[in-house]
Amino acid sequence: MIFTVLATLQAVVDRQQPARFWPWLTITVVKLLLVFTVYMLGVAYLTLAERKISAWIQRRLGPNRVGPRGLFQPLADGLKNIMKEETMPAHVNKAIFVIAPMLSFIPALMVWAVIPFAAPWASRWGRIEMVLADVPIGFLYILAISSLGVYGIVLAGWSSNNKYALLGGLRSSAQMVSYEISLGMSLIPVLLLAGNVTLSAVVNQQAQFHMWNVLLLSVSFVTFLISSFAETNRLPFDLPEAESELITGYHTEYSAMKFSLFFIAEYANMVTASALIATLFFGGWDIPFMSADNAGAVSGLLVLLSAVIFIAKVLFFLFFFIWVRWTLPRFRYDQLMSLGWKVLLPLAIAYIIIVASLILALDMAGMQRGFTYGLILFAVNAVLLFILFFVLDRGRIVSPAYRGASVVELAHLRGITAARARLTSQGGGVH
Amino acid sequence: MAIGVKVVERPIAQTSYVRATLSGLANTLRNLVGEHKVTMQYPEQKWDLSPRWRGTHRMLTTEDGKAKCVACGLCPTVCPANCIKLVPGEDEEGNRYPLVFEIDEFRCIFCGYCQEVCPEEAIHLGRHYENSEYSREGFVYDLERLTAQTHPVTEMWDPADPKGE
Repeated sequence: MIFTVLATLQAVVDRQQPARFWPWLTITVVKLLLVFTVYMLGVAYLTLAERKISAWIQRRLGPNRVGPRGLFQPLADGLKNIMKEETMPAHVNKAIFVIAPMLSFIPALMVWAVIPFAAPWASRWGRIEMVLADVPIGFLYILAISSLGVYGIVLAGWSSNNKYALLGGLRSSAQMVSYEISLGMSLIPVLLLAGNVTLSAVVNQQAQFHMWNVLLLSVSFVTFLISSFAETNRLPFDLPEAESELITGYHTEYSAMKFSLFFIAEYANMVTASALIATLFFGGWDIPFMSADNAGAVSGLLVLLSAVIFIAKVLFFLFFFIWVRWTLPRFRYDQLMSLGWKVLLPLAIAYIIIVASLILALDMAGMQRGFTYGLILFAVNAVLLFILFFVLDRGRIVSPAYRGASVVELAHLRGITAARARLTSQGGGVH
Repeated sequence: MAIGVKVVERPIAQTSYVRATLSGLANTLRNLVGEHKVTMQYPEQKWDLSPRWRGTHRMLTTEDGKAKCVACGLCPTVCPANCIKLVPGEDEEGNRYPLVFEIDEFRCIFCGYCQEVCPEEAIHLGRHYENSEYSREGFVYDLERLTAQTHPVTEMWDPADPKGE
């Protein structure tokens, strides 16, 4: 076996061709370890980033006691959670109670397998894709796996035998089902444009247009962004764990490392969502204003640079997730449902029709897919976004209770309010 | 429809979710990059206490190290919380002194009447607030402890300078 490895090492290979089996296997294992380590470290430090950024937004200092500037805080947190007593409440369904944290944690990790994190490498052993598994089903796999994560939360809520946990689990399942649809629907325009579901194809398509999908498919980006906030249970969509109403929802009964796993899963989902947004709408590893990185497999330096660019994009969206969390209050439940079903879903479907007709029209007009093609798409998107944000967005999106009242009812209510005010000002109240 | 629901006609800027979100994000970002942090790093940094801060008591002493207290009994009388225990004694020359002088800092409401009423300026409240203990008994300060404390004493309110300027 070792001779086979050495033989392949010495063999002169075409650097644009896929690597042979043994180098491929070795490098895949190395990639696995590397990605897993970076990912888990990133998740750990994301908890610190969240605490720091929330503190800065609130004009505090944040954790700064463990290590220089609080940098070892995640280690201290981890140690604390491992050393802590694992409580097992008497009334829980033990088997499901134990398995639920794993069920929410594992899917969050699995999604990373298909996300390309750098340009393909033209190594001396042949072309090496910088993705763990370049599977042809691409983001269909991501949609399938990420929707499995809800099982962890629902089962946690169910097995806890606690009313708050159960309500959290119920909310979570309703929310996931609602937003999964608009999430999937907002990906169809991407699919239409790329013509392929593999994520590397999506990245290459964006390079081909010299323009990222955020400009080509802005409305999709908006719906995808909002839906992914809902899918990751982040504020303003954190109804499953709404502290003020449900204590902490589905993980009320959990402690120590089992609780930690839910926590890690949430952050892992955030990283995954950010990586997906970066890949699907912000060109993935594509280095802006540079075409050398898009010429098939490239040199090691460019691979490294593209990886750095990708990480920077992911970090920006992670920051955005945290930033939004500490800005917006939580939706009410009816607002959540009306936003998902009455706004995002029709919007995504209408947008599919618009993009599909536009692509058909442009292709029939014989236009080459490239920069001009992109500019036309961008112009249409700008108009749509303007209509969306400045014309349609008037009390319709998050105030269904208000919009639901008819004009007659409103007049009636105003009459009552006015009468009350009159009575109160005269000194007599309504009792 | 429920009776008495308040319906407000809001301007467009308030009913628009996206624009409100964007202005909210701008607001949090301004705070994020702003340098004005209000956190006080407690054990290293401490508050400057007002000269009239009323904290745990101190008993002042004469030059020879004895408590100034003459056991007149005014402070236990005036104390609204009834937290001062005083047992007077008398030496051969007829000078009164406290045999037992205890203040239960748990019962004390830090009103400062004892300091105000004291004719000898013996008992004072102090500019001090770090006084945690491991037991309830630890909060009963006896004479020895009251005289041993060194923190600065509280200044009385001066009617001529009501704002302490």
